[in-house]
Amino acid sequence: MKRVAYYKGCSLEGLAAEYDVSTRALCEAFGIELVEIPDWNCCGSTPAHSYDPMLSAALAGRNLAIAAQHGCELVMTPCPGCLKSLKGALEINGHPEKREAFVELTGMEIDDRIQAVSLLQFIYEQIGVEGVQKSIRRPLTGHVVVPYYGCLLTRPAAAARFDDPENPTSMDLLIQATGATVPDFPYKTECCGATYGVTRNDIVGKLSGRILDMAARLGAEAVAVACPLCQQNLDLRQDQVNSYNKRTFDLCVVYIPQLIGLALGIEPKLLGMDKLFVNPGRLLQDLEG
Amino acid sequence: MRIGVFVCKCGTNIAGTVDTEAVAAEALTFADVVYATSYMYTCSEPGQQEIQRAISEHKLQGVVVAACSPRMHEPTFRRAVEKAGLNRYMFEMANIREHVSWIGTDRVANTGKAADLVRMAVAKLRFNQPLFSSRMPVNKRVLVIGGGVAGIQAALDCAEGGLDVVMVEKRTSIGGKMAQLDKTFPTIDCSSCILGPKMVDVSQKENITLYAASEIEAINGYIGNFSVQIRKKATYVDWEACTGCGLCMEKCPGKAPDAFNVGLGATKAINIPFPQAIPRKAAIDPKHCRQFTKGKCGVCKKLCPVSAIDFDMQDSIVTEEVGAIVVATGYDLFDHSVYGEYGAGRYPDVISGLQYERILSASGPYGGHIRRPSDGREPKDIVFIACVGSRDPSVDRPYCSGVCCMYIAKQAILTRDHLPDSNSYVFYMDIRAPGKNYDEFVRRAQEEYAVQYIRGRVGKIYPRGDRMVVQGADTLLGVQVEVEADLVVLATGVEASAGAGALAEKLRISYDQYGFYMESHPKLRPVETNTAGVYLAGACQGPKDIPASVAQGSAAASKVQALFSRDTIETNPQVALVNERTCVACGKCIEVCPFGAIRFKELRGGIQKAEVLPSVCQGCGLCNATCPPKAIQLQHSTDNQILAAVNELCA
Repeated sequence: MKRVAYYKGCSLEGLAAEYDVSTRALCEAFGIELVEIPDWNCCGSTPAHSYDPMLSAALAGRNLAIAAQHGCELVMTPCPGCLKSLKGALEINGHPEKREAFVELTGMEIDDRIQAVSLLQFIYEQIGVEGVQKSIRRPLTGHVVVPYYGCLLTRPAAAARFDDPENPTSMDLLIQATGATVPDFPYKTECCGATYGVTRNDIVGKLSGRILDMAARLGAEAVAVACPLCQQNLDLRQDQVNSYNKRTFDLCVVYIPQLIGLALGIEPKLLGMDKLFVNPGRLLQDLEG
Repeated sequence: MRIGVFVCKCGTNIAGTVDTEAVAAEALTFADVVYATSYMYTCSEPGQQEIQRAISEHKLQGVVVAACSPRMHEPTFRRAVEKAGLNRYMFEMANIREHVSWIGTDRVANTGKAADLVRMAVAKLRFNQPLFSSRMPVNKRVLVIGGGVAGIQAALDCAEGGLDVVMVEKRTSIGGKMAQLDKTFPTIDCSSCILGPKMVDVSQKENITLYAASEIEAINGYIGNFSVQIRKKATYVDWEACTGCGLCMEKCPGKAPDAFNVGLGATKAINIPFPQAIPRKAAIDPKHCRQFTKGKCGVCKKLCPVSAIDFDMQDSIVTEEVGAIVVATGYDLFDHSVYGEYGAGRYPDVISGLQYERILSASGPYGGHIRRPSDGREPKDIVFIACVGSRDPSVDRPYCSGVCCMYIAKQAILTRDHLPDSNSYVFYMDIRAPGKNYDEFVRRAQEEYAVQYIRGRVGKIYPRGDRMVVQGADTLLGVQVEVEADLVVLATGVEASAGAGALAEKLRISYDQYGFYMESHPKLRPVETNTAGVYLAGACQGPKDIPASVAQGSAAASKVQALFSRDTIETNPQVALVNERTCVACGKCIEVCPFGAIRFKELRGGIQKAEVLPSVCQGCGLCNATCPPKAIQLQHSTDNQILAAVNELCA
C-alpha cells in the first residue's frame, strides 16, 4: 500500500468538501493510504504571500515539517493554491538565511528530502493513465468532457515542474482513460478570474464566461477541474456568469477525482456529486442506466 | 641564463587592478632575472622595440612577458624576440589579464598572484631549450564541408584561384537553405535564380569534386596534410549512370514526406528533391520505398532506361587528401513544437517561416499560390509572430537570430503582392534591421504595404471554428489584442545544425553552448578556428543572413588561398621526443597516442625503441604522462619545465 501525506487545505473543509471526499474515495479505491497531517494549519493563501513571503513559507512549511516527522517524504495536496505555498516553503532550503529564519519562527526544520505534489500529478505519476484505464468499471463513453487546469497548477514552470506549463496534457490523458471524449481545449490554462469573484464580479463574469463559452462551443457537457477556486467560479457562480453574459450555460463542473471515481464505479454520493451546484444529472443518468 | 621580465600595463586593463611596477620590482629578485620593467602597451611597436633593445643591451638569453592570454600575442612576442636574435622558444608568457586583472578587484591579492605567475614563468623559462621547426609541403587541395551558399561561395572562390576543391554535402543536392527560399530581402530577387547559376558552376568546374549525399566519417592529420574519410551514403541509384530524367519519380507508387518542402505535401520514395537540384540525380528514401518496406515493387528498377537502380547498394568510404578545410555546415530551424501556447505543432495552420517560404515559392507545394495547409483555402488574415525560439531564455535560446525581422517583413510584403485584399499582422518585440537598406525595407512593409506591426508577445494561439485566434498584448497601447487569422506564421529562429557537435569533435574545433562553432577571435579572426588549417563560413559560426554568409565564404576562401600561396609550412616543434637511453620499449605510449604518431623502431642489434613521427604528433602530452621511465617528453612542456613552475608556486 502506498502511503502519502495528505494536506487538504482549508477550502476542502468547506466549499470544496466534495473535492476532499472524492480524493479520499479515489485513493481508497487505488489502495493508497492518505496520512492526514496532524494539527495541520492553513497555508496562508494569497494574504500571507502577498504580505510577506516568509510568513507564507512558515505557515506552509510547518505542515511539511510535521509530515516529515511522521515518516512521509511526499506531501500531496489537491489545491493548487496550497501547492504553490508548499513549493514556496521548499525553496527556502536553498537559502541558508531563510532557512535560519524559518527555524526561528517555527522551531522546526524542513527535511531536504520532502516533496510536494498536486493530486493531479500524484494520480498521473503514481497511478498512471494505464493504471486508471485498467480499473474502469463504468466507462464514460460518449460523454464530452473538457480538461480545465486553471492558471496556477502548472505555473510558474520553474516551481511547478510538472507537465507543459502552456499546454498540459496529463488531465487530458486521464479523462481519456475514463472513456470520455476529450476535445482539444484551448482555454485549459486561462484564468477564471480567481478571487475577483468576491470583489469584481464583472471580471469573473468575463473570464469564466470565456471558458464556459469555449467549453460549450466544443460540445462539452462537463468541465473537469483540479482547483477549488476555479470550481467555485465556474460552478457556484455559473448563474452569475450567465446573467453577466446573458447566456444560459448549463455545464457541470466536476473535480478530476469525482470524474475518475464515477468511471471506477464509485457511488456518486460517496464522491460528493450531490454537492455540486450545477446538476451533474446527465453525467450520472447514463451511468445508472 | 640571463632573463628579462616585461610587465604590461595594457592601458588600465591590467594596471587598473595590478601594481605592475611592484610585480616588475619583485621579478628582479627571482633567480636569473637581470632586467625587469613595466610598460604601457608591450604589444605595440615601441613596446616590442623596448624588448629588443633590452635583449641586446642586457645580453638577455630569455624573455618573460606578463600580459594577456598567449592566444593572441604569443606569436607577436615570439617574432619580436626572434628578430633580436633569440630562439622563439626562449620566451614565456604569464597571463595576468584574463587570469588576474579581469577577474579580481583586490589590488593587493591581484599583485601577489601576478607576481606568482611571473615567478612560475621564469622558473619554466630556465629549463627552456631552443627548438627549431622544419618545413613540410602543403597539399594544395581544399575540403569544403557543406554545400549551402556559404560553402558554394568558398568552393567557387577557391576553384577560381586554381585550387582543387572537394565539396561534401549531406543532402542529395547542394543549395542548402537558400535553395528553399522564395525571394530574398531587401531586394526581393528570386532566391533560386541567383543561387542556381552558382550551383551549376559548382557542378561544371573541373577542379571541384562534389560528394553529395555524403558525410564526413573521420579526419586525420593537420594543417597542410589532412586525410579525410568521406562516407558516401547509399542512394540505391548509381549516380554514374543516372541521367536525372525523372521517369522513376514520375512512376514511383510510394509516397514520402517532402523534406525540401518542410513536410508540406509529399514527394515520391525515389526522388530528385527539386527541379534545380545539383547534382540532378535520383535517390531512394528506404524508409518509404515499397521495395524496402514491403519487399516487393521494383517499378523504378524496371523503368529506368539506364538501369541505374541498385537496391543492394551499401555506404562506401572514400579518402581524400587535402591541405585545408572550410566548414560551412549551416544551421537548423528552431522546432516550434516546444511552445505549448503556440499549439505545440498540432495546428496545421500554424507554420514555420521556412514552410511559408515554400508556400510562397512557385516550385513549392501549392505552385506559388498562398493556401492554408489544412484545407487549401486562400487565407485573408495572416499573423506573423517574431522571435519564436529567439531571445527567449526559457527555451535556452537567449540570442537574436538576426534574420527573422527581415524575413517576416519580406513575407508580409510578398503576401500583399500575392493577395492584395489580405491583411497581415506582425507581433514583434523589437525590429532589428541594421543591414544596408534593411530598415528602409521594413518601413516599406509598414507604410506602403500596410502591414500592421503590433509590439508585443503572443500568449496563446487556438482554433475558433476553422480559423485561428491569436491572443496577445499590444505593449504600446497597453491593451490585450485578439486577432482572428486564417494562417499563422511563426518566425522560427536559427539554431546550430543537429550534427554540429559531432563534426566539431572530428575536426577538433570548439563550439559554444548552443552548438555554433567558435571563431579564433570574435573580432579579429572571424573565419579562423583554433585548429590551424580549419576555417569557418556561414551560419555554422552563428546566425547569419545571405550577404554575411557569402562574405564569410569568400573570406574563408581567401584564407585558404593565403595558406596555399606558400609551398611549404613550418612544422610545430612542440612535439613529443623519445630519449632512447631511457626508453624501455614497453609500448604504452603507442597504446595511448590518439593520433598514431608513435611506432617502434629497431636499433642495431634488434633493440626496440619508441619513435615519434613529428609530422603526425599533435603535442597532446598523453604519452609523456603515461611513460613509466619518463623517456618520452613533450618538447616545451617537459616534466622538468612543468615541475619547476609548480615548485615555485608551492615553495
